Amino acid sequence: MMFEWMNYSFMINALAAAIIAAPIFAILGTMVISNKMAFYTDVIGHSTLTGIAIGVLFGITDPAWFMALFLVFLAIGINYFKTKTKASADTVLGVFFAFVVALGIVILSRNGGFARYTSYLIGDVLTVSLEEIYILAGLLFLTIAYFFIASNSLYLISINRSLAMTRKVNVFWAETSFTILLGLVVAFSIKMVGILIINSLIILPAAAARVLAKDIKSYTFYSIGISVISSILGIISSFYIGIASGATIVLFASAIYALSVMSKKIFK
Amino acid sequence: MNQETCLHCCTKIENLTVKFDDTVIVENFNLHINCKELIAVVGPNGTGKTTLLRAILEEIPYTGSVHYRVKGSLDEKPMIGYVPQKLHFDLDSPISVSDFVGISISKTPIFAGIGPRLKQQIQSTLLQFGVTHLMDKKIGEISGGEMQKILLSIAMRPIPNLLLLDEPDAGVDTYGLSLFYKIISDLRKQHDISIIMVTHDLEGISAYADKIITMGHRS
Repeated sequence: MMFEWMNYSFMINALAAAIIAAPIFAILGTMVISNKMAFYTDVIGHSTLTGIAIGVLFGITDPAWFMALFLVFLAIGINYFKTKTKASADTVLGVFFAFVVALGIVILSRNGGFARYTSYLIGDVLTVSLEEIYILAGLLFLTIAYFFIASNSLYLISINRSLAMTRKVNVFWAETSFTILLGLVVAFSIKMVGILIINSLIILPAAAARVLAKDIKSYTFYSIGISVISSILGIISSFYIGIASGATIVLFASAIYALSVMSKKIFK
Repeated sequence: MNQETCLHCCTKIENLTVKFDDTVIVENFNLHINCKELIAVVGPNGTGKTTLLRAILEEIPYTGSVHYRVKGSLDEKPMIGYVPQKLHFDLDSPISVSDFVGISISKTPIFAGIGPRLKQQIQSTLLQFGVTHLMDKKIGEISGGEMQKILLSIAMRPIPNLLLLDEPDAGVDTYGLSLFYKIISDLRKQHDISIIMVTHDLEGISAYADKIITMGHRS
Protein backbone atom coordinates (compact mmCIF):
# COMPACT_ATOMS: atom_id res chain seq x y z
CA MET A 1 0.00 0.00 0.00
CA MET A 2 1.29 3.36 -1.00
CA PHE A 3 0.77 5.19 2.28
CA GLU A 4 1.46 2.28 4.58
CA TRP A 5 4.50 4.07 6.03
CA MET A 6 2.23 6.74 7.49
CA ASN A 7 0.96 4.23 10.06
CA TYR A 8 4.31 4.18 11.79
CA SER A 9 5.14 7.02 14.12
CA PHE A 10 8.88 6.44 13.70
CA MET A 11 8.43 7.04 9.97
CA ILE A 12 6.54 10.28 10.58
CA ASN A 13 9.34 11.38 12.93
CA ALA A 14 12.01 10.37 10.44
CA LEU A 15 10.33 12.27 7.66
CA ALA A 16 9.85 15.35 9.84
CA ALA A 17 13.53 15.26 10.85
CA ALA A 18 14.63 14.84 7.24
CA ILE A 19 12.42 17.70 6.01
CA ILE A 20 13.85 20.00 8.69
CA ALA A 21 17.46 18.88 8.22
CA ALA A 22 17.38 19.01 4.40
CA PRO A 23 17.23 22.83 4.09
CA ILE A 24 19.97 23.20 6.74
CA PHE A 25 22.32 21.00 4.74
CA ALA A 26 21.27 22.67 1.50
CA ILE A 27 21.90 26.22 2.74
CA LEU A 28 25.22 25.35 4.37
CA GLY A 29 26.22 23.46 1.23
CA THR A 30 25.86 26.52 -1.00
CA MET A 31 28.51 28.27 1.07
CA VAL A 32 30.69 25.20 1.56
CA ILE A 33 31.04 24.84 -2.23
CA SER A 34 31.46 28.56 -2.92
CA ASN A 35 34.24 28.77 -0.33
CA LYS A 36 35.82 25.46 -1.48
CA MET A 37 35.31 23.82 1.90
CA ALA A 38 34.23 20.33 0.81
CA PHE A 39 37.31 18.74 2.36
CA TYR A 40 36.89 20.83 5.50
CA THR A 41 33.34 19.55 5.92
CA ASP A 42 34.59 16.00 5.52
CA VAL A 43 37.17 16.59 8.26
CA ILE A 44 34.50 18.00 10.59
CA GLY A 45 32.24 15.02 9.79
CA HIS A 46 34.95 12.49 10.58
CA SER A 47 36.02 14.37 13.69
CA THR A 48 32.73 13.35 15.27
CA LEU A 49 34.40 9.98 15.77
CA THR A 50 36.91 11.60 18.11
CA GLY A 51 34.13 13.62 19.74
CA ILE A 52 32.27 10.40 20.51
CA ALA A 53 35.49 8.73 21.70
CA ILE A 54 36.44 11.50 24.11
CA GLY A 55 32.86 11.56 25.35
CA VAL A 56 33.05 7.82 26.01
CA LEU A 57 36.28 8.30 27.97
CA PHE A 58 34.50 10.76 30.23
CA GLY A 59 31.55 8.40 30.53
CA ILE A 60 29.11 10.63 28.64
CA THR A 61 26.29 8.50 27.24
CA ASP A 62 24.63 11.03 24.94
CA PRO A 63 27.60 12.61 23.21
CA ALA A 64 25.82 15.17 20.96
CA TRP A 65 26.36 18.20 23.22
CA PHE A 66 29.88 17.17 24.05
CA MET A 67 30.59 16.57 20.37
CA ALA A 68 29.24 20.02 19.52
CA LEU A 69 31.65 21.57 22.01
CA PHE A 70 34.52 19.50 20.62
CA LEU A 71 33.76 20.46 17.00
CA VAL A 72 33.50 24.15 17.89
CA PHE A 73 36.96 24.05 19.47
CA LEU A 74 38.29 22.07 16.53
CA ALA A 75 36.87 24.60 14.07
CA ILE A 76 38.49 27.51 15.89
CA GLY A 77 41.73 25.51 16.18
CA ILE A 78 41.92 24.70 12.48
CA ASN A 79 41.15 28.30 11.48
CA TYR A 80 43.71 29.69 13.86
CA PHE A 81 46.34 27.20 12.73
CA LYS A 82 45.65 28.05 9.07
CA THR A 83 46.48 31.70 9.69
CA LYS A 84 49.72 30.80 11.49
CA THR A 85 51.29 28.47 8.98
CA LYS A 86 52.59 28.77 5.45
CA ALA A 87 51.38 25.27 4.59
CA SER A 88 48.38 25.09 2.24
CA ALA A 89 44.91 24.71 3.74
CA ASP A 90 44.74 21.30 2.08
CA THR A 91 47.80 20.07 3.98
CA VAL A 92 46.64 21.50 7.31
CA LEU A 93 43.27 19.78 6.88
CA GLY A 94 44.91 16.54 5.80
CA VAL A 95 47.00 16.49 8.97
CA PHE A 96 44.00 17.26 11.23
CA PHE A 97 41.96 14.65 9.38
CA ALA A 98 44.53 11.89 9.87
CA PHE A 99 45.05 12.75 13.51
CA VAL A 100 41.44 12.99 14.66
CA VAL A 101 40.29 9.85 12.85
CA ALA A 102 43.20 7.81 14.20
CA LEU A 103 42.65 9.14 17.72
CA GLY A 104 38.94 8.33 17.53
CA ILE A 105 39.53 4.79 16.31
CA VAL A 106 42.26 4.12 18.89
CA ILE A 107 40.06 5.19 21.79
CA LEU A 108 36.90 3.47 20.57
CA SER A 109 38.65 0.21 19.72
CA ARG A 110 39.97 -0.38 23.22
CA ASN A 111 39.15 -3.93 24.26
CA GLY A 112 37.92 -4.63 20.73
CA GLY A 113 34.76 -2.62 21.23
CA PHE A 114 34.60 -0.65 17.99
CA ALA A 115 31.64 -2.61 16.59
CA ARG A 116 29.37 -0.88 19.12
CA TYR A 117 29.90 2.42 17.36
CA THR A 118 29.48 1.40 13.72
CA SER A 119 25.92 2.79 13.79
CA TYR A 120 27.54 6.22 13.73
CA LEU A 121 29.12 5.42 10.38
CA ILE A 122 25.92 5.12 8.38
CA GLY A 123 23.49 6.73 10.82
CA ASP A 124 19.86 5.88 11.52
CA VAL A 125 17.14 8.43 10.95
CA LEU A 126 14.42 6.00 12.05
CA THR A 127 15.45 6.23 15.71
CA VAL A 128 15.23 10.03 15.82
CA SER A 129 13.49 11.34 18.95
CA LEU A 130 11.10 14.25 19.32
CA GLU A 131 13.74 16.15 21.28
CA GLU A 132 16.21 15.74 18.43
CA ILE A 133 13.62 17.07 16.00
CA TYR A 134 13.22 20.18 18.16
CA ILE A 135 16.98 20.67 18.20
CA LEU A 136 17.06 20.40 14.40
CA ALA A 137 14.27 22.97 14.14
CA GLY A 138 16.35 25.29 16.33
CA LEU A 139 19.36 24.74 14.09
CA LEU A 140 17.30 25.52 10.98
CA PHE A 141 16.24 28.80 12.54
CA LEU A 142 19.83 29.53 13.57
CA THR A 143 21.16 28.76 10.08
CA ILE A 144 18.66 31.05 8.37
CA ALA A 145 19.30 33.84 10.89
CA TYR A 146 23.05 33.41 10.45
CA PHE A 147 22.74 33.63 6.67
CA PHE A 148 20.77 36.85 6.98
CA ILE A 149 23.69 38.32 8.88
CA ALA A 150 26.79 36.77 7.35
CA SER A 151 26.11 35.36 3.87
CA ASN A 152 27.02 38.55 1.96
CA SER A 153 30.39 38.68 3.72
CA LEU A 154 31.09 34.99 3.12
CA TYR A 155 30.28 35.23 -0.59
CA LEU A 156 32.53 38.26 -0.91
CA ILE A 157 35.37 36.42 0.86
CA SER A 158 34.90 33.56 -1.62
CA ILE A 159 35.52 35.99 -4.49
CA ASN A 160 38.46 37.93 -3.02
CA ARG A 161 39.62 38.17 0.59
CA SER A 162 41.42 41.49 0.22
CA LEU A 163 38.42 43.04 -1.47
CA ALA A 164 36.24 41.73 1.37
CA MET A 165 38.54 43.37 3.91
CA THR A 166 38.32 46.74 2.18
CA ARG A 167 34.53 46.38 2.37
CA LYS A 168 34.81 46.12 6.19
CA VAL A 169 34.40 42.36 6.45
CA ASN A 170 36.10 40.69 9.41
CA VAL A 171 37.42 37.71 7.48
CA PHE A 172 38.64 35.63 10.43
CA TRP A 173 35.37 35.89 12.33
CA ALA A 174 33.19 35.41 9.29
CA GLU A 175 35.01 32.18 8.46
CA THR A 176 35.25 30.99 12.05
CA SER A 177 31.59 31.62 12.84
CA PHE A 178 30.61 29.69 9.72
CA THR A 179 32.75 26.70 10.73
CA ILE A 180 31.25 26.83 14.23
CA LEU A 181 27.76 26.67 12.74
CA LEU A 182 28.87 23.81 10.52
CA GLY A 183 30.26 22.00 13.58
CA LEU A 184 26.99 22.43 15.51
CA VAL A 185 24.91 21.11 12.63
CA VAL A 186 27.19 18.12 12.12
CA ALA A 187 27.25 17.30 15.86
CA PHE A 188 23.46 17.24 16.17
CA SER A 189 22.73 15.40 12.94
CA ILE A 190 25.53 12.82 12.80
CA LYS A 191 23.58 10.14 14.68
CA MET A 192 20.82 10.52 12.13
CA VAL A 193 22.80 10.63 8.90
CA GLY A 194 26.15 9.04 9.69
CA ILE A 195 29.81 9.97 9.34
CA LEU A 196 30.18 8.48 5.86
CA ILE A 197 27.11 10.24 4.49
CA ILE A 198 26.98 13.71 6.00
CA ASN A 199 29.43 15.35 3.62
CA SER A 200 27.45 14.11 0.59
CA LEU A 201 24.21 15.50 2.00
CA ILE A 202 25.83 18.91 2.37
CA ILE A 203 27.67 18.95 -0.97
CA LEU A 204 25.34 17.28 -3.48
CA PRO A 205 22.22 19.49 -3.43
CA ALA A 206 24.33 22.64 -3.75
CA ALA A 207 26.48 21.06 -6.47
CA ALA A 208 23.36 20.21 -8.48
CA ALA A 209 21.85 23.65 -7.85
CA ARG A 210 25.05 25.28 -9.06
CA VAL A 211 24.62 23.73 -12.48
CA LEU A 212 21.16 25.27 -12.91
CA ALA A 213 21.36 28.54 -10.99
CA LYS A 214 21.84 31.98 -12.53
CA ASP A 215 22.27 33.94 -9.31
CA ILE A 216 22.73 33.49 -5.56
CA LYS A 217 19.00 33.45 -4.84
CA SER A 218 18.21 30.69 -7.34
CA TYR A 219 21.32 28.80 -6.18
CA THR A 220 20.02 28.82 -2.60
CA PHE A 221 16.45 27.89 -3.42
CA TYR A 222 17.29 25.17 -5.99
CA SER A 223 19.63 23.66 -3.42
CA ILE A 224 16.88 23.62 -0.78
CA GLY A 225 14.39 22.14 -3.25
CA ILE A 226 16.74 19.38 -4.39
CA SER A 227 17.70 18.54 -0.80
CA VAL A 228 14.09 18.31 0.41
CA ILE A 229 12.92 16.26 -2.57
CA SER A 230 15.76 13.74 -2.32
CA SER A 231 15.22 13.44 1.45
CA ILE A 232 11.52 12.66 1.09
CA LEU A 233 12.12 10.20 -1.75
CA GLY A 234 15.03 8.64 0.13
CA ILE A 235 13.18 8.12 3.42
CA ILE A 236 10.04 6.66 1.87
CA SER A 237 11.80 4.36 -0.58
CA SER A 238 14.23 3.13 2.08
CA PHE A 239 11.19 2.08 4.12
CA TYR A 240 9.82 -0.07 1.31
CA ILE A 241 13.09 -1.59 0.16
CA GLY A 242 14.64 -1.94 3.63
CA ILE A 243 17.89 -0.07 3.02
CA ALA A 244 19.82 2.67 4.85
CA SER A 245 17.95 5.99 4.48
CA GLY A 246 20.96 8.33 4.49
CA ALA A 247 22.65 6.57 1.61
CA THR A 248 19.36 6.34 -0.30
CA ILE A 249 18.90 10.11 0.03
CA VAL A 250 22.44 10.57 -1.33
CA LEU A 251 21.64 8.34 -4.33
CA PHE A 252 18.56 10.43 -5.15
CA ALA A 253 20.60 13.63 -4.82
CA SER A 254 23.29 12.14 -7.07
CA ALA A 255 20.64 11.27 -9.66
CA ILE A 256 19.33 14.85 -9.56
CA TYR A 257 22.89 16.12 -9.99
CA ALA A 258 23.38 13.89 -13.05
CA LEU A 259 20.03 15.04 -14.48
CA SER A 260 20.96 18.69 -13.95
CA VAL A 261 24.25 18.27 -15.80
CA MET A 262 22.55 16.43 -18.67
CA SER A 263 19.68 18.91 -18.97
CA LYS A 264 22.19 21.74 -19.05
CA LYS A 265 24.00 20.05 -21.94
CA ILE A 266 20.77 19.33 -23.83
CA PHE A 267 19.04 22.69 -23.36
CA LYS A 268 22.12 24.85 -23.75
CA MET B 1 60.66 62.99 -0.90
CA ASN B 2 59.67 62.59 2.80
CA GLN B 3 60.20 66.23 3.43
CA GLU B 4 57.52 67.38 1.03
CA THR B 5 54.73 69.33 2.65
CA CYS B 6 51.30 67.88 2.89
CA LEU B 7 48.71 70.56 3.41
CA HIS B 8 45.28 69.46 2.38
CA CYS B 9 45.21 65.77 1.77
CA CYS B 10 47.86 63.21 1.13
CA THR B 11 49.20 59.76 1.90
CA LYS B 12 52.67 59.41 3.32
CA ILE B 13 54.41 56.05 3.45
CA GLU B 14 57.71 55.95 5.34
CA ASN B 15 60.22 53.10 5.57
CA LEU B 16 57.58 50.49 4.91
CA THR B 17 59.14 47.03 5.23
CA VAL B 18 57.39 43.67 4.94
CA LYS B 19 59.02 40.43 6.04
CA PHE B 20 57.72 36.87 5.97
CA ASP B 21 59.84 35.08 8.55
CA ASP B 22 63.35 35.99 7.38
CA THR B 23 62.50 36.82 3.80
CA VAL B 24 62.32 40.53 3.09
CA ILE B 25 59.61 41.20 0.50
CA VAL B 26 59.49 45.00 0.59
CA GLU B 27 62.28 47.06 2.12
CA ASN B 28 62.22 50.72 3.18
CA PHE B 29 59.58 51.86 0.76
CA ASN B 30 58.91 55.60 0.86
CA LEU B 31 56.18 57.45 -0.95
CA HIS B 32 54.34 60.72 -0.69
CA ILE B 33 51.16 61.13 -2.70
CA ASN B 34 49.03 64.21 -2.88
CA CYS B 35 45.41 64.12 -3.82
CA LYS B 36 44.65 64.03 -7.52
CA GLU B 37 47.97 62.29 -8.07
CA LEU B 38 48.30 59.04 -9.94
CA ILE B 39 51.33 56.98 -8.99
CA ALA B 40 52.28 53.95 -11.06
CA VAL B 41 54.30 51.18 -9.44
CA VAL B 42 56.06 49.04 -12.03
CA GLY B 43 58.59 46.23 -11.89
CA PRO B 44 59.01 42.54 -12.65
CA ASN B 45 57.02 39.79 -10.94
CA GLY B 46 58.11 38.87 -7.44
CA THR B 47 59.35 42.31 -6.44
CA GLY B 48 56.64 42.86 -3.83
CA LYS B 49 54.22 45.12 -5.69
CA THR B 50 51.09 43.30 -4.59
CA THR B 51 52.57 42.86 -1.09
CA LEU B 52 52.99 46.62 -0.88
CA LEU B 53 49.28 47.11 -1.61
CA ARG B 54 48.31 44.44 0.92
CA ALA B 55 50.39 46.22 3.56
CA ILE B 56 48.70 49.54 2.81
CA LEU B 57 45.36 47.71 3.13
CA GLU B 58 46.50 46.55 6.62
CA GLU B 59 46.02 42.98 5.49
CA ILE B 60 49.55 41.91 6.40
CA PRO B 61 51.91 43.15 9.14
CA TYR B 62 54.62 45.64 8.27
CA THR B 63 57.09 47.97 9.95
CA GLY B 64 57.37 51.63 9.11
CA SER B 65 54.43 53.95 8.89
CA VAL B 66 51.53 54.90 6.68
CA HIS B 67 49.99 58.27 7.50
CA TYR B 68 47.04 59.95 5.91
CA ARG B 69 45.82 63.46 5.91
CA VAL B 70 42.19 63.66 4.90
CA LYS B 71 40.66 67.09 4.39
CA GLY B 72 43.30 68.72 6.55
CA SER B 73 43.18 66.47 9.63
CA LEU B 74 46.10 64.15 10.17
CA ASP B 75 45.86 60.39 10.56
CA GLU B 76 42.18 60.14 9.92
CA LYS B 77 41.46 56.71 8.52
CA PRO B 78 40.83 57.22 4.86
CA MET B 79 38.32 55.36 2.73
CA ILE B 80 40.35 53.00 0.60
CA GLY B 81 38.97 51.66 -2.66
CA TYR B 82 40.61 48.54 -4.00
CA VAL B 83 40.59 46.86 -7.40
CA PRO B 84 42.17 43.41 -6.97
CA GLN B 85 44.25 41.66 -9.57
CA LYS B 86 42.59 38.28 -9.40
CA LEU B 87 39.21 37.02 -8.35
CA HIS B 88 38.88 33.48 -7.10
CA PHE B 89 35.48 32.31 -8.31
CA ASP B 90 34.95 29.26 -10.52
CA LEU B 91 33.67 29.94 -14.02
CA ASP B 92 30.40 28.17 -13.18
CA SER B 93 29.93 30.33 -10.10
CA PRO B 94 26.21 31.06 -9.59
CA ILE B 95 26.86 34.69 -8.74
CA SER B 96 25.42 37.36 -11.00
CA VAL B 97 26.98 40.78 -11.52
CA SER B 98 24.08 42.24 -9.49
CA ASP B 99 24.82 39.80 -6.67
CA PHE B 100 28.50 40.72 -6.72
CA VAL B 101 27.83 44.44 -6.52
CA GLY B 102 25.09 43.86 -3.94
CA ILE B 103 27.25 41.84 -1.53
CA SER B 104 29.99 44.45 -1.88
CA ILE B 105 27.98 47.60 -1.23
CA SER B 106 25.17 46.41 1.03
CA LYS B 107 24.47 44.35 4.14
CA THR B 108 21.02 43.38 2.86
CA PRO B 109 21.28 39.59 2.44
CA ILE B 110 21.35 38.73 -1.25
CA PHE B 111 20.49 35.03 -0.85
CA ALA B 112 16.90 35.96 -0.05
CA GLY B 113 16.67 37.99 -3.28
CA ILE B 114 17.34 41.55 -4.38
CA GLY B 115 14.61 44.03 -3.49
CA PRO B 116 13.77 47.14 -5.56
CA ARG B 117 15.74 49.53 -3.33
CA LEU B 118 18.95 47.51 -3.48
CA LYS B 119 18.43 46.94 -7.20
CA GLN B 120 18.37 50.69 -7.68
CA GLN B 121 21.60 51.10 -5.67
CA ILE B 122 23.25 48.39 -7.74
CA GLN B 123 22.10 50.06 -10.95
CA SER B 124 23.43 53.45 -9.94
CA THR B 125 26.76 51.87 -8.90
CA LEU B 126 27.16 50.20 -12.29
CA LEU B 127 25.97 53.29 -14.12
CA GLN B 128 29.15 55.16 -13.11
CA PHE B 129 31.11 53.28 -15.75
CA GLY B 130 28.27 52.38 -18.08
CA VAL B 131 28.01 48.67 -17.32
CA THR B 132 24.40 48.35 -16.17
CA HIS B 133 23.69 46.07 -19.15
CA LEU B 134 25.80 43.37 -17.45
CA MET B 135 23.58 43.17 -14.34
CA ASP B 136 21.97 39.82 -15.11
CA LYS B 137 25.08 38.07 -16.43
CA LYS B 138 26.98 35.63 -14.27
CA ILE B 139 30.41 36.85 -13.17
CA GLY B 140 32.04 33.96 -15.03
CA GLU B 141 30.48 35.10 -18.32
CA ILE B 142 31.94 38.57 -18.69
CA SER B 143 35.26 39.74 -20.13
CA GLY B 144 38.32 40.97 -18.24
CA GLY B 145 37.69 44.57 -19.30
CA GLU B 146 34.05 44.42 -18.20
CA MET B 147 35.11 42.99 -14.84
CA GLN B 148 37.59 45.85 -14.40
CA LYS B 149 34.80 48.37 -14.80
CA ILE B 150 32.59 46.50 -12.35
CA LEU B 151 35.41 46.32 -9.77
CA LEU B 152 36.07 50.00 -10.27
CA SER B 153 32.35 50.78 -9.84
CA ILE B 154 32.43 48.96 -6.49
CA ALA B 155 35.68 50.64 -5.40
CA MET B 156 34.14 54.05 -6.16
CA ARG B 157 31.07 53.44 -3.99
CA PRO B 158 31.46 55.29 -1.65
CA ILE B 159 34.05 57.58 -3.22
CA PRO B 160 37.41 56.69 -1.60
CA ASN B 161 40.29 58.96 -0.55
CA LEU B 162 42.83 56.50 -1.79
CA LEU B 163 42.31 54.11 -4.69
CA LEU B 164 44.57 51.06 -5.05
CA LEU B 165 44.62 49.20 -8.34
CA ASP B 166 46.50 45.92 -8.67
CA GLU B 167 47.49 45.20 -12.27
CA PRO B 168 44.32 46.29 -13.99
CA ASP B 169 46.10 45.60 -17.28
CA ALA B 170 45.85 41.82 -16.83
CA GLY B 171 43.40 40.33 -19.32
CA VAL B 172 42.39 43.61 -20.98
CA ASP B 173 43.21 44.46 -24.60
CA THR B 174 45.26 47.54 -25.49
CA TYR B 175 42.30 49.61 -26.65
CA GLY B 176 40.29 48.77 -23.55
CA LEU B 177 43.29 49.59 -21.43
CA SER B 178 43.88 53.10 -22.74
CA LEU B 179 40.19 53.78 -22.22
CA PHE B 180 40.54 52.47 -18.67
CA TYR B 181 43.54 54.71 -17.95
CA LYS B 182 41.57 57.66 -19.23
CA ILE B 183 38.70 56.85 -16.84
CA ILE B 184 41.10 56.48 -13.89
CA SER B 185 42.91 59.66 -14.80
CA ASP B 186 39.66 61.64 -14.97
CA LEU B 187 38.43 60.19 -11.66
CA ARG B 188 41.27 61.56 -9.55
CA LYS B 189 40.69 65.05 -10.89
CA GLN B 190 36.92 64.93 -10.44
CA HIS B 191 36.91 63.43 -6.96
CA ASP B 192 40.19 64.47 -5.28
CA ILE B 193 41.41 60.90 -5.12
CA SER B 194 45.00 59.68 -4.75
CA ILE B 195 45.66 56.62 -6.85
CA ILE B 196 48.35 53.96 -6.59
CA MET B 197 48.35 51.62 -9.56
CA VAL B 198 50.51 48.52 -9.81
CA THR B 199 51.04 47.71 -13.47
CA HIS B 200 53.24 45.96 -16.02
CA ASP B 201 52.24 48.40 -18.73
CA LEU B 202 54.91 51.07 -18.30
CA GLU B 203 54.42 52.40 -21.80
CA GLY B 204 50.65 52.76 -21.53
CA ILE B 205 50.54 54.37 -18.09
CA SER B 206 53.38 56.85 -18.60
CA ALA B 207 51.07 59.28 -20.40
CA TYR B 208 48.80 59.46 -17.35
CA ALA B 209 50.95 58.91 -14.24
CA ASP B 210 52.38 61.78 -12.19
CA LYS B 211 55.13 59.59 -10.81
CA ILE B 212 56.40 56.19 -11.79
CA ILE B 213 58.09 54.08 -9.14
CA THR B 214 60.12 51.07 -10.17
CA MET B 215 60.43 48.15 -7.79
CA GLY B 216 63.31 45.76 -8.46
CA HIS B 217 64.79 42.59 -7.03
CA ARG B 218 67.15 43.07 -4.12
CA SER B 219 70.72 42.69 -5.22
